[in-house]
Order: sequence, then structure tokens, then C-alpha cells
Amino acid sequence: MPKTEVRSTDYANAPINENLSTEERVKLLREMMRIRRFEQVALKFYNAGKMGGFLHLYIGQESIAVGTVSLMGDNDHVITAYRDHGHALAVGMGMNECMAELYGKATGCSKGKGGSMHYFAPDKNYWGGHGIVAGQTPLGLGLAYGIKYKGLKGAALCFLGDGAVNQGVVYESLNMASLFDLPVIYVIENNKYSMGTSLERSSVVDKCLAQRAEAFKVDWALANGEDVYEVRAVTQQALERAYEKSRPTVIEFQTYRYYGHSVADAKHKGGYRKEEEIERYKKQHDPIVIFKNRLLAEKAITEEQFEAIEAEIKAEADESARFAEESPYPTVESIYDDVYFEVDRQTEAGRTGRFFFNN
Amino acid sequence: MALIEYRDALNQAFAEEIERDPNVVLIGEEVAQYDGAYKVTRGLWKKYGDKRVMDTPISEAAFIGMGVGASMLGLRPVIELMFWSFATVAYDQIINNAGQIRYMSGGLINCPIVIRGPANGGTNVGATHSHTPENWLGAIPGLKVVSAATPYDAKGLMKAAIRDNDPVMFMENTLLYGNRGEVPEEEYIIPLGVADLKREGSDVSLIAHGRAVLTALKAAEILASEHNIQADVLDLRSIRPLDEEAILKTVRKTHRAVLVDENKPFCGVSAQISATIMEQAFDDLDAPVARVCSLDAPAIYSPAVEPLQLPTPERVIEKVLKLA
Ligand SMILES: Cc1ncc(C[n+]2csc(CCOP(=O)(O)OP(=O)(O)O)c2C)c(N)n1
Ligand SMILES: [Mg+2]
Repeated sequence: MPKTEVRSTDYANAPINENLSTEERVKLLREMMRIRRFEQVALKFYNAGKMGGFLHLYIGQESIAVGTVSLMGDNDHVITAYRDHGHALAVGMGMNECMAELYGKATGCSKGKGGSMHYFAPDKNYWGGHGIVAGQTPLGLGLAYGIKYKGLKGAALCFLGDGAVNQGVVYESLNMASLFDLPVIYVIENNKYSMGTSLERSSVVDKCLAQRAEAFKVDWALANGEDVYEVRAVTQQALERAYEKSRPTVIEFQTYRYYGHSVADAKHKGGYRKEEEIERYKKQHDPIVIFKNRLLAEKAITEEQFEAIEAEIKAEADESARFAEESPYPTVESIYDDVYFEVDRQTEAGRTGRFFFNN
Repeated sequence: MALIEYRDALNQAFAEEIERDPNVVLIGEEVAQYDGAYKVTRGLWKKYGDKRVMDTPISEAAFIGMGVGASMLGLRPVIELMFWSFATVAYDQIINNAGQIRYMSGGLINCPIVIRGPANGGTNVGATHSHTPENWLGAIPGLKVVSAATPYDAKGLMKAAIRDNDPVMFMENTLLYGNRGEVPEEEYIIPLGVADLKREGSDVSLIAHGRAVLTALKAAEILASEHNIQADVLDLRSIRPLDEEAILKTVRKTHRAVLVDENKPFCGVSAQISATIMEQAFDDLDAPVARVCSLDAPAIYSPAVEPLQLPTPERVIEKVLKLA
């Protein structure tokens, strides 16, 4: 067993967790519940034909986005792949703009231009939402480089999947992160499948995926992603390493997605994975159930309070669908907005030469 | 003749070529055990096993480069890109290795590889997943580029592509995979470089490739029934090599050309066709060559707007009426 693996029950007493106020603890739970409810509502309306394209659900993995992002300070930044709704809500994006984006409405976070896979909120240090597998990993490196260049004490949290680790650019990035002492934290969300391919069928693994960091003298950790306390404790160590030594870290969180790769993935139940496996994770490893029970045991929350939160969140998510439904679509002319800064602002540069070539 | 889906026409081509030639191997993400993300390779792994149908990790640069290397030894890898848009990750392997190795070795090395997958917008998957790279790749001497609009063409062209001794970039379309069409039981091959006149008319030539052919055909029907205009619809089928003769022939017949192209206009395939007509049939034209392309911006996600970014029959008709 890797030296960094510790039983999850130890983490409530980690320094970063033991001083959490009751309110802060409940907020962690609440944020996980918001992500799940938002996506359940999104799924309902996706199935009703309100959205196009793909819908990749994060349900089952909520503790990772919520736990990591809960530690972020002003100079910390986040970037992730296409399974991006959880991270978006965790950094504080509103359900309305997120739902409207799924509907392809002008009020969406990307004005209906990006869709489910391409959420962005630079004002919240959230740099997307990236559709090309591992395409975000050198961008995470670049955020870290920028942080260091500007002389700030911060880190870039760059999320990727267990399938994404086999893109070459991940290793080019790790080498540079180590070579140049860049404060990037690669967070591998190992949900055991990349589409229909199990980890064993896609990757050569010795101890775990994160261990590949050793080749670059980068510190790494393997942790249980189902416990939000553990996620926070392990991430905090990486953040401190970034702040104090400007050194990178690779963290691998074990987790699980309950739904298919995207909603279109019909084979996830009984195809490439057994239905019993999904049920087992839901029953024994659900991050929300686990943390709710913990908070009940800590007497941080009562069953009634939990239900009240549930009701509030349901109202918030339903409202976001209503908001999305009632919002206007972008106009056809708006296709040409947001392509070039200079053209949008009609600067001298934007008025010189032809930019668009319609006939 | 059997009425089968576009995806199954491709599937038949793979099965027949796997059986015919022991060097043919299918490679890509989810092509084997999952039956292909779009079910194009369904059943083949079950039938032919790991050796002939191989799943890969998400490592496009490596598995396409692997295919190029293996093709140098005479294998005939048929490599799926889940989306042609992901070719960007493997661009060096495609452009510099597959595209240049024969030339730079003075003809000593051949690269009989097929790289294939869907290359289309129109499914609301956003700008990163909606590229139509036939013009990017067609611009590289050394590469061949093919684009099939119907099940019949898909099968015949794929068989030719697999037997071809040069690297062939095969453009499919997720919006066409479910389309049905007649495909004969007996074997046939459609040579690369031969266009197909899909509809005969006399008043205007609509020239297109891929799904835009279907858009042109719809427009032609309406032009005939509502405007009494008879259109030739020429399906290029192959971008490089290009059937210039067929292009010139239809233009010399109708004296008017409207090019329908899901590429963006800037250096799109239609820009090359337009130059060809200008250079070789200028005196035959009664009107300037007109184009209907995708609106010139990254692909918008919004399901309400994206369909209008691609060429529509309405836009084609409008263009034709302006010429008449
Ligand atoms: C370069 C590239 N190749 C392939 C794809 C198609 N694709 C999208 S997600 C995915 C699986 C990724 O799995 P993983 O990294 O484990 O992330 P997860 O979906 O489990 O969150 C694949 C093959 C893509 N988007 N980009
Ligand atoms: Mg995964």
C-alpha cells in the first residue's frame, strides 16, 4: 500500500479540518448537494430535449471539486476537463447561468456558445471547461507559471481524468513543472473508466497513476476521494508545497461516476461495468451520504436541517431551469461576436483588414 | 440490393478488407469492446478478435504515429479518430510523418494508412469538436482526402482507401451514420478521384462534398418544383485527388456554379474549386462562381443557432436565385 494512503476516518482531525466551524462543515455538504441536484435537473431536461450535444455528469464525484475548491484563496486558480459542472458550482458560479448555458441561451455563462463542456468564469479564477482530453493540462502549467511570474503566492489546480493521463502532453507538463518549480497541482479524478475503457485496459499501473510523478521528482499522493475531509487534508499539503516551495504535486483521488460517460452512454450499466458495481458505490461510497452521516454524528446537523437544505436546493435548481427556459437564444448575428477582442471593441486593429469571409 | 445504414456500409467495408488482407487492422479509442463510440465498428472485435481490432488509450499522437510506423512495414492500419477534431493532438504524425515520409525518402517508403472518423458540425458539441478538417488536410501534398455522402459511396470509397498505398484521410459524419441507402450485395470499389453526378439538370451546377451534397440535393428539389430551375448536383466524393474533369464538365453544361461547403469559407475546399473553375472554365461562366459555406466563426454550441451556421437548402436556393 502506498505510504500516503491513510484511512479516511483520520482526516476529521487534520489541521485544516479540525477548526472548521459548524457552518463551514454544513456548507461543504450543501455544496455537494447543490452540484448533485443541479445535475439531476439538467439530466431531466436534457432527456426532455431541451439541450443539445453531450451531457457529462459529475454525480458521485462531488466531494473532490467541493473539497479542493473549498481551500482556494484569491491567488489560486482552477482548470478542468469537460466534466465541469461540479467545479463550476464549487467556485461559485450560479445555477442560472450554468443551466442557461446547457439550454444554449444567451444568458448562459458562455452566452450559449460553449455548452456543457465549456463553462468559464475567470472572475472566479475558473478557467474552464475543456473538451479535448488533457488539453487543459499545459494550461494548468501556464496558470502556475503566470502565478509565479507575477510573484504571487498561489497555486493552479488542474483536474484531469484517469484516461487523460495517457496523453503525452501530461508528461511534458510534469517535466516542466518540476524543472521550473511551478506551483501546479494535478488532480487526477480516477473514476476507474475512460468512456467504456476500464483503468486496467488503458494504463500500465504499478502502485497508482499518481506514482508516475516520481519519474519527474514530483511529490504525489493517492487518496480516497469519497471523504471530503480527506480531499481537503491531502490537497492542503499540496497547496502548502506550492505556496512555500513553489513545487508541483500530483494527487490521485479514487472516485466513481454513477451515470454513463455522457448521457448517451448506454453501455455503462451491465456493459463495460456491472450493475452491482454501480450499486455498491452508491450504497457504500457515496460522498454525500458519507459526509451527511458524519455531520449527523458530529451533531453539526440534524435530519430536519438536512431536509430543509434539500428543499432549498431543489427550489434553486428548479428555478434555474425556469430561468433557462425563459431566457432568449443568442441571435445568429452574435455568432461573430467574441471571436476577436479587437473586432468586438472596434479598435483600430479591429477595423483594419477583413476578419470574416462570408459571401 | 439491401437498404443499410451508412455506419454499416463502412462496417461491411472493414469486415471484407479484414478478411481479404491479413495486414488490415482497425485501431482506435473504443473501437473494439465498446463497438465504436458511434457503432461504426460494431461486432468486429467479437468476430475478428484483439489482433485485428484494437482498443487504445487516449493517446492520439502515439497511436496514429504507431499506425504510420506500422504502415512503413506494410501493415494497413485503419485508425479511428473518435472525432476528426482530435487530429489536432496528432497533427505532427499526420502532417509531417504520414504526409512527408514518402517524399523525403525519395519514394523509398510508403505509408498505406487510413485515418478515419466523423468530421462535421451540426451536433451542438461546441467549437473543439466540430471541425471539418478536409481543407486543412487537402492542403498537404502527400495526403489524400475523401468524403462520403451516402452509404454506397462510404463503402466503395473505404475499400479503395484501405487498398490505396498512400495515406488516406477519410471524412465521415455523425449526422449521416444513421442514414440508409442501397448497397449491393456483390463487391464493388469506388476509385478515389472520381466525382459522382447525383442529380442531372441544365441550369446551374451545385458542387459539394459530404453532408453538403444532401443539402444541395434538397435545394435542387425545391428549385425544380418551385422555381423551375434544374440543377446538376455534383458530389466530389474525393477532395484530393480531385475530379477536375467532372467539375469542368458540369460547369460547361450549365454555365453557373454554386458551391455548397460545410468548411468555413477561408481556404475551404470550395475556394479551391472556385479557383479551378476560374482558371479553366472562365469563358464558360455566365455568372461569377457563388459559394454557400458555414458561417465564418468557431462552431457555436446553441442548438437553436448552430443549424443556421451550416449551409441550409434555403441559403443555397437564395444564392441560386440571385445568379439566375
Ligand atoms: C483528444 C481527445 N480524444 C478523445 C476524446 C473523446 N473522449 C472524451 S472524454 C473521453 C474519456 C476520458 O476519460 P477520463 O480522462 O477518465 O475522464 P472521465 O470522463 O472519466 O471524467 C474520451 C475518450 C476527446 N474529447 N479528446
Ligand atoms: Mg475516468
